[in-house]
Amino acid sequence: MDQILFYAAAALAIGSALVVIGQRNPIYSAFALIVTLCSLSVIFGLLGSPFIAALQVIVYAGAIMVLFLFVLMLLNVESEQQAAGRGGRALGAIAVALVALLVAQAGAVLARVEPGPAPAFDASTRRMAEILFSPQFLYVFEATSILILAALVGSIALAKKDL
Amino acid sequence: MDQPAFVHDALLLSLVLFALGTLGVFLRKNVITVLMSIELMLNGANLAFVAFSRAAGTLDGQVLVFFVMVVAAAEAAVGLGIVISLQRHKDTLDVDAFNVMKG
Amino acid sequence: MTPSPLVQELILAAIKVALLIGALQGLFSLMTWIERRVLAFMQFRLGPNRTGPFGILQPIADGIKLFFKEELMPAAANKWAFLAAPVLAVTMSFLAVAVLPYGPPFRLPSWGFLPEWLQGRELQLQIATLDVGLLFVFAITALGVYGVVLAGWAANNKYSLLGGLRSAAQMFSYELALGLSFVGVIMLAGSFQINDIVSSQASRAGGWFLGWNAFVQFPAFLVYFAAATAEVARTPFDLPEGETELVAGFHTEYSSMRFALIQMAEYVNMITVAALATNLFLGGWHSGIPGVPSEGLPGFLFWGGKLAVLLFVFIWLRGTLPRFRYDQLMHFGWKVLIPVAAVWILVTATGVALAGR
Repeated sequence: MDQILFYAAAALAIGSALVVIGQRNPIYSAFALIVTLCSLSVIFGLLGSPFIAALQVIVYAGAIMVLFLFVLMLLNVESEQQAAGRGGRALGAIAVALVALLVAQAGAVLARVEPGPAPAFDASTRRMAEILFSPQFLYVFEATSILILAALVGSIALAKKDL
Repeated sequence: MDQPAFVHDALLLSLVLFALGTLGVFLRKNVITVLMSIELMLNGANLAFVAFSRAAGTLDGQVLVFFVMVVAAAEAAVGLGIVISLQRHKDTLDVDAFNVMKG
Repeated sequence: MTPSPLVQELILAAIKVALLIGALQGLFSLMTWIERRVLAFMQFRLGPNRTGPFGILQPIADGIKLFFKEELMPAAANKWAFLAAPVLAVTMSFLAVAVLPYGPPFRLPSWGFLPEWLQGRELQLQIATLDVGLLFVFAITALGVYGVVLAGWAANNKYSLLGGLRSAAQMFSYELALGLSFVGVIMLAGSFQINDIVSSQASRAGGWFLGWNAFVQFPAFLVYFAAATAEVARTPFDLPEGETELVAGFHTEYSSMRFALIQMAEYVNMITVAALATNLFLGGWHSGIPGVPSEGLPGFLFWGGKLAVLLFVFIWLRGTLPRFRYDQLMHFGWKVLIPVAAVWILVTATGVALAGR
């Protein structure tokens, strides 16, 4: 049962990722990215991390993509004439070749990783909180809150019409 | 719930998503689509983190995913702010139009 | 022939889903009638009382009218997005109800006509008992914004788009306050599971209703209620609807059944937030008076009664308060509700830490 769900979600994720990079209209790309994020959330849940799955939907699909959609709709972005046309065919060919090399290399590494039994673990939110607020990650946690503050001030400063 | 095959397949999926994101960054003309491809790459990395966290049995990978999500949110916000300023400046969102530093 | 445990769970879940969808749709039709009558009585007039005794068949008449109305679609509208938007809105509304309990767990009696694996089985009146139930509801509410955004954009109408973006901005601004308001509740219960939160209220103050979160976490309750009213776009925050009088809302171009679907999504959202408030703040199915039983049917009736009271308060607010202007709404959400919720979290955390010492 879990297997079917995993493969369905994975197929959906890959399909909508292809739509994201292939579709000419950026708003369709944005909606396809939302589908990808939600299917990734399902996969996170199947990998035993319900907290991260919920967080993926709340933060990524529910907030960041809404931001993307707002900007796309307010700037009234047009469809491109052709989906990929930068620098002609040469750049496209080089890009595909580089990515294929990356995939082949990583695939070779992965083939040496044997699937073995995964130890059962406690992925509850309480455990996550214990780690997040432990001395190991506490400083990073506080630093990210300052990062968000900086991003808030920065994006308002950049997007304001008259400073 | 020992499903070891998931970890292996999830790693393959993360690889595919990362590769697709990279292709998107290279090949697309619209700045916002490039940003969306970057988000796709970040999600591929997140999936790899979660898969390895599952394989190792610790939660450190998931905590890092939490931080990656926060950084991605901040980066998306600032990136889109930059896009709005660019649009106001040149009235186009084509990446090839912003080549003022070209020699 | 006893089916495997997985198939048993699936059959039970399917039955519960069917019952829940039926109940929600029935409640939606009933709510439309009740709202019009109650509002009318508050405004010193009668409301619909012609169709059937006391006008109770009015929702059916409305349904028939909407069914036979012409379905319009603007020529330049994006066809798939236009059709998908109401479906998305309704799907998200119904999905959120899947993790809420609506009564105490009960044991099926061993009736003869039931198959053996059902006799004497303990059932939860909840479709999915997730460990992160509350986060799931929050996530689905976050996705509900897309129904509005898609509807506003698909109609290819400037006013529709701006109306949709404004209501989407309203929805996710108040989502923050909503999320912050239940952090205090979670801290006191120690779990994200809604059943645990309900049980934690019952064991406080010896079972008296004063132990409910509505009293112990009173500011959080107020923030939750204000944020929930804005989240479902009810008066006094109903700019998305009221704008149809002023400019145009996101559902301008929708007619007949698609409009009915959007209305259903809105009412089911309202029922969801009221049900969530009943579980998180008003003690769920517990009676609040020690000695009065809360198991089985009385528990279910208590839960339903609390839900009815909250829905009545929503209607009462609609009949009483004037509408917020958009900038007042944004100011209230960001500059009033979020700081209040954040300070209350600080107070609750201090209390929990001191009590735990």
